[in-house]
Amino acid sequence: MAGYQKSLCSSLRRLWPRNYSTTIRQPHIAIVGSGPAGFYTAQQILKLHPTAEVDVYEKLPVPFGLVRFGVAPDHPEVKNVISTFTKTALNERFHFLGNVSVGSDLDVEELKKAYTAVVLDLDGVLSARSFVGWYNGLPNKADLKPNLDTDVAVVLGQGNVAIDVARILLTPVDILRKTDITQYALEALSKSRIKRVCLIGRRGPLQVAFTTAELREMTRLEGCRPVLDKNDFLGLEDLAKMVPQRRRRLTQLLLNTALEKPSQKDAARWQASSKEWMLKFLRSPKEILPDEQSNKVRGINFTINKLVVLRSVGYKSVGLKGIEFDSRKSVIPSNTGQVKNQPGVYCSGWVKRGPVGVIASTMTDAFETGKQIVDDLASGVLTVSPDHTGRHRIVPYLKNKDIETVSFEEWNKINEHEISVGNELNKPREKLTDIAKMLQIAKQ
Amino acid sequence: MASACRRFVPLLKSVCRFSTINRLAAITSKNGITAYSSNVSACRKFGSTMPRIQKETVKLTFLLGDGSRQLVDAKVGDNLLDVITENEIDLDGFGACEGTLACSTCHLIFKQEDYKKLPETPTDEELDMLDLAYGLTDTSRLGCQVIVSKEMENWEITVPGGVADARDV
Repeated sequence: MAGYQKSLCSSLRRLWPRNYSTTIRQPHIAIVGSGPAGFYTAQQILKLHPTAEVDVYEKLPVPFGLVRFGVAPDHPEVKNVISTFTKTALNERFHFLGNVSVGSDLDVEELKKAYTAVVLDLDGVLSARSFVGWYNGLPNKADLKPNLDTDVAVVLGQGNVAIDVARILLTPVDILRKTDITQYALEALSKSRIKRVCLIGRRGPLQVAFTTAELREMTRLEGCRPVLDKNDFLGLEDLAKMVPQRRRRLTQLLLNTALEKPSQKDAARWQASSKEWMLKFLRSPKEILPDEQSNKVRGINFTINKLVVLRSVGYKSVGLKGIEFDSRKSVIPSNTGQVKNQPGVYCSGWVKRGPVGVIASTMTDAFETGKQIVDDLASGVLTVSPDHTGRHRIVPYLKNKDIETVSFEEWNKINEHEISVGNELNKPREKLTDIAKMLQIAKQ
Repeated sequence: MASACRRFVPLLKSVCRFSTINRLAAITSKNGITAYSSNVSACRKFGSTMPRIQKETVKLTFLLGDGSRQLVDAKVGDNLLDVITENEIDLDGFGACEGTLACSTCHLIFKQEDYKKLPETPTDEELDMLDLAYGLTDTSRLGCQVIVSKEMENWEITVPGGVADARDV
């Protein structure tokens, strides 16, 4: 089937070369953002449409968004999706345009003039999550210099990101050394004095937002023990049976860890541990008390929550000029990806459904948006105008503004450079964090 | 720790595969079909030039999300993710983490009676990932964790069509 589609596509292209085409024009689709949602949307459009060209715009010179800057360095398996994305990028109808910031270098309005459809595939920006950006080498977070010369770290939130932060703070540095964590973060972590990481949630044990896999990993963390207050969990056993099926095993693992006697092996390991992590529930930060003498935090005042608060701390997507944005839900209002009151504009990624879900849900969602665009092309909702020449129109516009784009081939140069520097350090990669340096290597 | 386990999975897999090949090599040479001098076989055991040994296969049918059926020859000893990849069954996003137990995209659904016959029950790590799978059932498994055996001749396995379902409902 795929082979048939491919051959059909190439014979179509032969029959109607772009230059001679009068009736059938090639649609150009712009995708803003090169995270998983962007790549999966591109993959789906390229698969379902025989001639559409897809141009992916990325603010940074490097692709893959949160797969590069969000996924924890000690979870390299999750990053295997990059090989699928790279395969997509090899398609001759795919073009990567890195180093272009839509919103400041280029307005969505400008894209709408040059493209048959514009997809806003924003996975979200790091807001409260500077620390993740710091250890993962996000260029504008490289100078964060978090204070690790202290005993206790408090993480506000009980989701997977909070767990990632706790795990990175508590994992023996020698384990992290073999990952693609940035070298400066490794150095700082090797001097860290942090012994205890406290994860604070606004809601209760039945509402934690991390997944079972991440919790299990924490219970097995080398040199580290869980400290859970039995009183937080007593009486929840019956309720645990009533939680939705999806959460049942998570709740059970949490209850087992808190209430059951650990196995002999775990008990011995926890006994010998010098570090610990703990969960505190039903607390909201009220004020952060600075230490007058230094730049440090003296303490945090918490209020004990009696009411269920429904907002959690997390990633937030940001709005774009000219596009309606629901800042309460952090989403662009849309219908199967088609942005309300904006013909030709679509969205996917966290900006579509909100900042939740693992890579599989982002994938399903992105496929839906991609399919919608191809359907709209077929049904005539989207029409290709002669002005829709995509990057052929945008690149000269950017050149005028002195903005140089980075292609996927040029990213490959950065990629190879990072891998070879990583090799010398015995790790899979050492990320570049300086944009000027990235551009210099890309343009060599 | 869990991630360390996950990293071992591919390693374990390759060990399993290797031992299967060896076992088969022994069987074939016993039958006199293949005859290597011990030296040659020792050299070739690790070499990429090792002659392909015909592995035993079983017929499997995959029922895809779009309603189509795919009949394939599956090599005994391979896992079902490998089977789907090697037979070039076109499934978007299937096996995103490449069989390292870090996602749920190779989710497969077995018939009740077949599920019971699977020799191993899923590990906690597999169940943790299955929790996140789209359209989870009581007979769901991750394809990367199920090894093809001779007992699986003529089985029908459903590939839940996450994309199609989400849209067509």
